[in-house]
Amino acid sequence: MTQQVKAQESGLSITHQVVLELQRRNRRENLGRAWYKFSRNPLSIIGGSTVLAVTLLAIFAPLVAPFPEHVKPFTDFANASRPPSLTHLFGTDEIGRDILSRVIFGFREALGMGVVVLALVVPVGVLMGLVAGYFHGTWIDTVIMRLTDIFLAVPPLVLALAIASVLKPNLFNAMMAVSLMWWPWYTRLVYGLTSALRNEFFVASAETSGAGTSHILFRELLPNMISPIFTKMSLDMGWVIIIGSMLSYVGLGVQPPKPGLGTMVASGAKFLPDLWWISVFPGLAIVVIVLGFNLLGDGLRDLFAAEEV
Amino acid sequence: MNNGILRVEGLKKHFLIGHRGVLKREPITVKAVDGVFFSVQKGETFGLVGESGSGKSTIAYITVGMYQPSEGTIYFRDRDLFADGLKRSRELRKELQIVFQDPGSSLNPRRTVRQILELPLRIHRPQEDPLQEAMRLLEMVELPIEYLHKYPHMLSGGEKQMVAVARALATNPSLIILDEPTSALDVSVQGKIINLLIRLQRELDLTYLFITHDLSLMRNVATRVAIMYLGKVCEVAEASEFFQNPQHPYTQMLLSSIPVVSDEEDAIKPEKIVSTGEIPSPVNVPSGCSFHTRCPHVMDVCRRIDPVMVETSRGHIARCHLFEQPPERK
Amino acid sequence: MAASAPLLEISDLAVHFRVYGGILKVLDGVNFRVDVGEKVGLVGETGCGKTTTMKAILRILPVPPAVIPRGEIRFKGEDILKMKLDRLGQVRGRGISMIFQDPTAALNPVFTVGQQMKPVIQYTSPEGRRLSRRQIHEKALSPLQEVGLADPERLLRSYPIQLSGGMRQRVCIGMALSTNPELLIADEPGTSLDVTIQDQVLRLLHELVQKKQTSVILITHTLGVVREMTDRVYVMYAGNMVEVAVTHKLFSNPLHPYSQGLMKAVPRLTGGGVAEGIPGRIPTYQSPPTGCRFHPRCPHVMEICRELKPPFFKVDADHEVACFLYEGHGSAPTAEAGAQ
Repeated sequence: MTQQVKAQESGLSITHQVVLELQRRNRRENLGRAWYKFSRNPLSIIGGSTVLAVTLLAIFAPLVAPFPEHVKPFTDFANASRPPSLTHLFGTDEIGRDILSRVIFGFREALGMGVVVLALVVPVGVLMGLVAGYFHGTWIDTVIMRLTDIFLAVPPLVLALAIASVLKPNLFNAMMAVSLMWWPWYTRLVYGLTSALRNEFFVASAETSGAGTSHILFRELLPNMISPIFTKMSLDMGWVIIIGSMLSYVGLGVQPPKPGLGTMVASGAKFLPDLWWISVFPGLAIVVIVLGFNLLGDGLRDLFAAEEV
Repeated sequence: MNNGILRVEGLKKHFLIGHRGVLKREPITVKAVDGVFFSVQKGETFGLVGESGSGKSTIAYITVGMYQPSEGTIYFRDRDLFADGLKRSRELRKELQIVFQDPGSSLNPRRTVRQILELPLRIHRPQEDPLQEAMRLLEMVELPIEYLHKYPHMLSGGEKQMVAVARALATNPSLIILDEPTSALDVSVQGKIINLLIRLQRELDLTYLFITHDLSLMRNVATRVAIMYLGKVCEVAEASEFFQNPQHPYTQMLLSSIPVVSDEEDAIKPEKIVSTGEIPSPVNVPSGCSFHTRCPHVMDVCRRIDPVMVETSRGHIARCHLFEQPPERK
Repeated sequence: MAASAPLLEISDLAVHFRVYGGILKVLDGVNFRVDVGEKVGLVGETGCGKTTTMKAILRILPVPPAVIPRGEIRFKGEDILKMKLDRLGQVRGRGISMIFQDPTAALNPVFTVGQQMKPVIQYTSPEGRRLSRRQIHEKALSPLQEVGLADPERLLRSYPIQLSGGMRQRVCIGMALSTNPELLIADEPGTSLDVTIQDQVLRLLHELVQKKQTSVILITHTLGVVREMTDRVYVMYAGNMVEVAVTHKLFSNPLHPYSQGLMKAVPRLTGGGVAEGIPGRIPTYQSPPTGCRFHPRCPHVMEICRELKPPFFKVDADHEVACFLYEGHGSAPTAEAGAQ
């Protein structure tokens, strides 16, 4: 009540401040509530912490890795093929490089791939889904969705392999290959959401008010889809990393001597089962990252689902 | 002679929902609106009543530009709203606003009240300060300005509807369509909103097209009432006349079925007409007079010929064979 | 009114819900009674706790987050809250049956009517399990005929989506009454239907209930329906019963300020404008008002209302009200005096 009176007396700036302050407080409360719900599930916490840990390790790799120079061309045959020990927690590979350090740097490639691919794929896929869904039933819809169908019809790994083998084998091209086969999933997801939402009354209200199409797509429809999109992105990180590792494993991604988790698994495969640590630790690292993202994604999905009630 | 601020002429809206049969492929259409004529006078509250399938909401959506008529048209201040299909000038859009039935879905759950109110303001009144105007709108509907930052799910049903009303007022419209504005709300909240709407109508010189299935509410809100059945208007009369002296058998049936809370109301209800059978689907509208399958006074002609509107007394029209004068026989 | 033991009696029922930020104390000591052969109405607005109460009776509340700290629900003398699951299973469906508000949501869209009806017949009577498929099919036809549905054979094969709203509600009623329960709980049975269809459905319910001598609890927020269909009415507000009376007495003389407010708020067919309604909002259950939960909105609030929760005062043989205005039946304001 008093705030109302104050606003009327003192004019705009005070009200502006009041409104903004209330907005801030509101957001804080929402985050608190979200954290409460999220933290109810121990698996989500595990997932979230894992992702956080991996991210920090990746960012601070040069500082954290015990032997950072081992990721560059390096040999030390005196120390080669040593099993896990106190100095080399994950052991050394056949030319003497510390596997732990290389795994930590491998996180960079893995996360980097995930981030780059999603950064390309999400905007494109979401935009196409929005447009196709909003113009549901018209030729725009047909063109976009048939294009999506074509890309989805090809088995993803085959497509990635085909593309990657035509281009020079390196991390960048592997990322391009994966991106090209990933975007249709976002288009499909957003298309379904948009088709359903566009019949809601708040969209009709914006349309009859005379709002433009871009306002409706990005300001009315998209904010209602953030939850499923984010959840999918989190789960996708795991998948992209696996596919990227698979490409590296068959030699189409990160090339040795650069440290890529899949590459490391491949180059250590011939030494199984005697020098098991050369393949197993990079493999476990992949498992850990992917599991982390999956648990985080599940947690987010449950969190958002509950909110919608 | 006043043509009315809103004039509906021969309006039809048929939705094609599929085809029947493999070889012949007959189209299946929903005849949501099937030949409607009425006009709304400036400053009045014109009530539109009917059950599901009557077409009343479809008329609302057509008027505000969501659908294009299959036939016929609507004139606003003598301008054809559909002269250019669904394209409508900004001035026309600003004049006709709508408050939807379900407050839960008519406000974007991911937008704050401020953003919701500022949208029409930015489009139609760009030269004014949107925040200032949004505050003024909230005051008009008696909501505290702290609500500007709130999301719809933080508001009660009644408060959400008031925001929807404020949004409708943002463009300074001349006519507001209210589609079941209080149907989703409790009766103790309804009064506040209705009285607010009445007050705003006086202060801002608004015209209302008020749609509801709640006849008791209609009695106290409308100046004139039209009742619809399966896409056509059955009866139109001035409010008190409509309720005290209903002519059309469907009107009588509807009035006799509503549960009331006092003996006085029981007394003025028409005698109980038991409705038998289901409401036909608008996909399968009965021949002749569409009400004949449930009408207690059905005659042979009702099954074959659709009646025309007849004036039963001054300002009171009904569409029923009971009121047609038999042709003069020499 | 009835001298014999009540069919259903709820005593001092409290139901709380654990959520983020605390505990919602929804039901706060609810008392409720249905006698054999009675039709009792439960009137209240959104959020007053009526559905929670009904779900508690059948023990279909999600337990967590719901918690029942105290209270008893006695059906024919046995406390439902303490029943073992198999005894509860016997009571549900056969002793007490329920019809839900939205028949579309209550029927599973991927099963036919027959597929939903037959298990009811099979599993709610001891003989049911021994019946052959043919016999079960025959038995499934009669509830449909009883509710006035034409062509029950075809209906058993239909999916809910092929039926109209009124027909679906009738199917639900048929299913609920097919087991001849002693008590039927009907939660807003006509609300999602058109007025003329609602009228049909309510009259059907009335007939069947008379015929089978079933007791009914009719939950609704529509006062007109309660007036036409019930013998006795409870008025509920924010988790408490505030008034109970024989129906015609509640309508001719509502005593509780909330009941009075509700009655005034209903628009009349006779005209007279639309009343303002009741100012304020329903309280949050996290921090409900102290004392009488209605006191912040009450035009006759007194000091004591803020401190103590009013018990029921017996104003008449069949009219009780939980309001300090009637303590010792002092000069109780009538509905007219309550008006501004």
